[in-house]
Amino acid sequence: MENEKFLALLRTYEPMRENLVSALQDIQTESGYISPEAISEASSYFGISKAEIYSIASFYAQFKFKPAGRHVIKVCKGTACHVKGSANLAAALEERLGIKEGQTTPDGKISLERVACLGACALAPAVVIDDKVHARMTIASLDKILKSLD
Amino acid sequence: MKILEKERAAAKEAWKKFADGDKIRILVGAATCGRAAGALGVMEEFKKELSKKGLSDSAEVVETGCLGLCYAEPLVEVKRPGEPSVLYSKVSAKDVADIVESHIESGKVLSRKAEAVMSPEPYQGVAPISQHPMMALQHRVVLRNCGIIDPSNFEHCLARGGYEGLERAFDLGPDETIEEMKRSGLRGRGGAGFPTGVKWGFARASKTSEKKYIVCNADEGDPGAFMDRSVLEGDPHSVLEGLMIAGFAIGAQVAYIYVRSEYPLAIERLKLAISQAEKAGLLKKKFPNGFEFEIRIKRGSGAFVCGEETSLMASIEGVRAMPRPKPPFPANRGLFGKPTNINNVETLAATGTIMREGAEEYAKLGSEKSKGTKTFSLAGKVERTGLIEVELGLKLGDIINKIGGGCSEGKKFKAVQTGGPSGGCLTADHMDLPVDYENLARVGSIIGSGGMVVMNEDSCMVEVAKFFISFTESESCGKCVPCRIGTRHCREILEKICAGKGEPRDIERLEKICSTMKTSALCGLGQTAPNPILTTLKYFRDEYDKHINEKKCPASVCPKLVKFTVVAEKCKGCTACERACPTGAISGGVKKVHSIDYTKCISCGACYQTCKFGAIARA
Repeated sequence: MENEKFLALLRTYEPMRENLVSALQDIQTESGYISPEAISEASSYFGISKAEIYSIASFYAQFKFKPAGRHVIKVCKGTACHVKGSANLAAALEERLGIKEGQTTPDGKISLERVACLGACALAPAVVIDDKVHARMTIASLDKILKSLD
Repeated sequence: MKILEKERAAAKEAWKKFADGDKIRILVGAATCGRAAGALGVMEEFKKELSKKGLSDSAEVVETGCLGLCYAEPLVEVKRPGEPSVLYSKVSAKDVADIVESHIESGKVLSRKAEAVMSPEPYQGVAPISQHPMMALQHRVVLRNCGIIDPSNFEHCLARGGYEGLERAFDLGPDETIEEMKRSGLRGRGGAGFPTGVKWGFARASKTSEKKYIVCNADEGDPGAFMDRSVLEGDPHSVLEGLMIAGFAIGAQVAYIYVRSEYPLAIERLKLAISQAEKAGLLKKKFPNGFEFEIRIKRGSGAFVCGEETSLMASIEGVRAMPRPKPPFPANRGLFGKPTNINNVETLAATGTIMREGAEEYAKLGSEKSKGTKTFSLAGKVERTGLIEVELGLKLGDIINKIGGGCSEGKKFKAVQTGGPSGGCLTADHMDLPVDYENLARVGSIIGSGGMVVMNEDSCMVEVAKFFISFTESESCGKCVPCRIGTRHCREILEKICAGKGEPRDIERLEKICSTMKTSALCGLGQTAPNPILTTLKYFRDEYDKHINEKKCPASVCPKLVKFTVVAEKCKGCTACERACPTGAISGGVKKVHSIDYTKCISCGACYQTCKFGAIARA
């Protein structure tokens, strides 16, 4: 079932190496992460060994190899956000959720990630929650949003 | 050769109607930053309010790009037929009804929210945008359409001279186009500042293959920089036109735009612009002069090292994005082994205007060796954050104090970091320094892609250096030893100093590693990674010394060197610090004197910054 879904996505690309990363991006958008099955499917489709696909995918910060939580919170760690206190936001989230950056809560509800820079520097510090950018975050406004997540 | 003549005439009519038609026009700045500030909600509210008042048919609500006054987002422009357009700032959904009632219905500008008038004369006591403190010193070439046009509307682009530069390039022919670019003095805006015309000349001269490529580097990875994002979101066709001119000049058939996945809106706008250009017959179709061109989008996957051109090409080819030694240069052996020319978004966005208006006009701008204009993103602890474009050679102090309005919260300026992790930190002593390639290099920094992050007395420069080197350490691709090991050692030494365990010899160690990296790292990432350390050592040596010798952090930032305490007699028991504390270390409750549990306290200073009564002391 899963494998067929991957194959359908893969087939939208010519089986050329230059399309590998784009195809993996689509798979991740669809499934939330790159599973061993996805790597295996991509390997036979592109004719590139599984080891090499893993080596390429793991090079890039974007790819995840574990399923993400229902909600994904990304704290921007860019320079502007840093000087405006994003480290405190990250610390607060880690304390509230009881997980570290890069982890998912045991109930599978929230994943905590970092992002190098969102380009929303003028409205720092920024936090992305489920693809929506929240500007000028404080711990108080973060708490409010945390409560509203189901 | 005229292209799209008929379409352009129609577009000009449409633009005239849009710019001064018989409809009420509401423009909402809905680029990423505007959206983050709530622009889409404001837009919905306008639609609702207009329909409530029965005005839906006589008014149009349009999304536009970023005007650059990001600190004042969400920005809304309101224009009644025959009257000047008024810019409102920090508009919330709550203000919408007032704006509709006062301005749209009665023609009276809502002065409490009015920021500027978009025409040259004052209107109802509101000053024109040309006199706005953030705009007065700017000169917009690359950003000329951002926040002015609807970026999803191809007619707006055509009406404002889009693709006229391409027409002129066609008339001049490839060689003369390259000469024209050389005469303009335009230098690569991605950071290196290499003359664009010369670079094109190399790629044109390369005879190693018939097939050639153009790559647009839109992988704006510098944390603290967002110029390219704003251009892609606000005026995508300017980049496409630049690519076509470059492609025509060097003889390329295919272009790749390598754009960050973190910029979904930019990707969406680019895709739309490409399909518009294809539909108009600009792409994937042969012109009478034989030129045929295709533009493809590649989404980046989050690797800062792709700022290095050989890494970026590796990434497009579908392998690990690691750099390789040069030569061979991409002009001879680039993407898929073919001659390739790589330009940054801003460079390409300037190209159309240079070709349209002529090189001489462009070369009049800027300083002697750094011609033209440059965009900068102003961020950090500055009053007016946002995106600006100024002539090169403007004084640093004018950018920070006049355009940016100086430090925010009335704090004292300490430093400005230019050029991102590859750049350096400059000080109050550099305020008279003209900002151009030569002068910034002279003091140990770079213009880079144009990020400027302002820091005040609350920033610890040793910690800032540690922040940057941690970034380059995690982004180092690991191929060459100086970068892989050097960034790690530097980070470890800086951590030690920040923890109060530094020894005087550490400075020497840092300097030695930095100079090794500068001379021996394989690519630009490793060669420039030491810059933040070297410039902070040069200009803020006393802060390093205090950390090492006195075990003190003068800015009270480094957690191991600062302790926060509650001043019982000043504490009102308002619980603000309790709520701000990220680790739950503060307890007390309403109207009770709070206390700090030091087993949980991470000395982040959130309580200190939050307390309005000065009841948190730090030492």
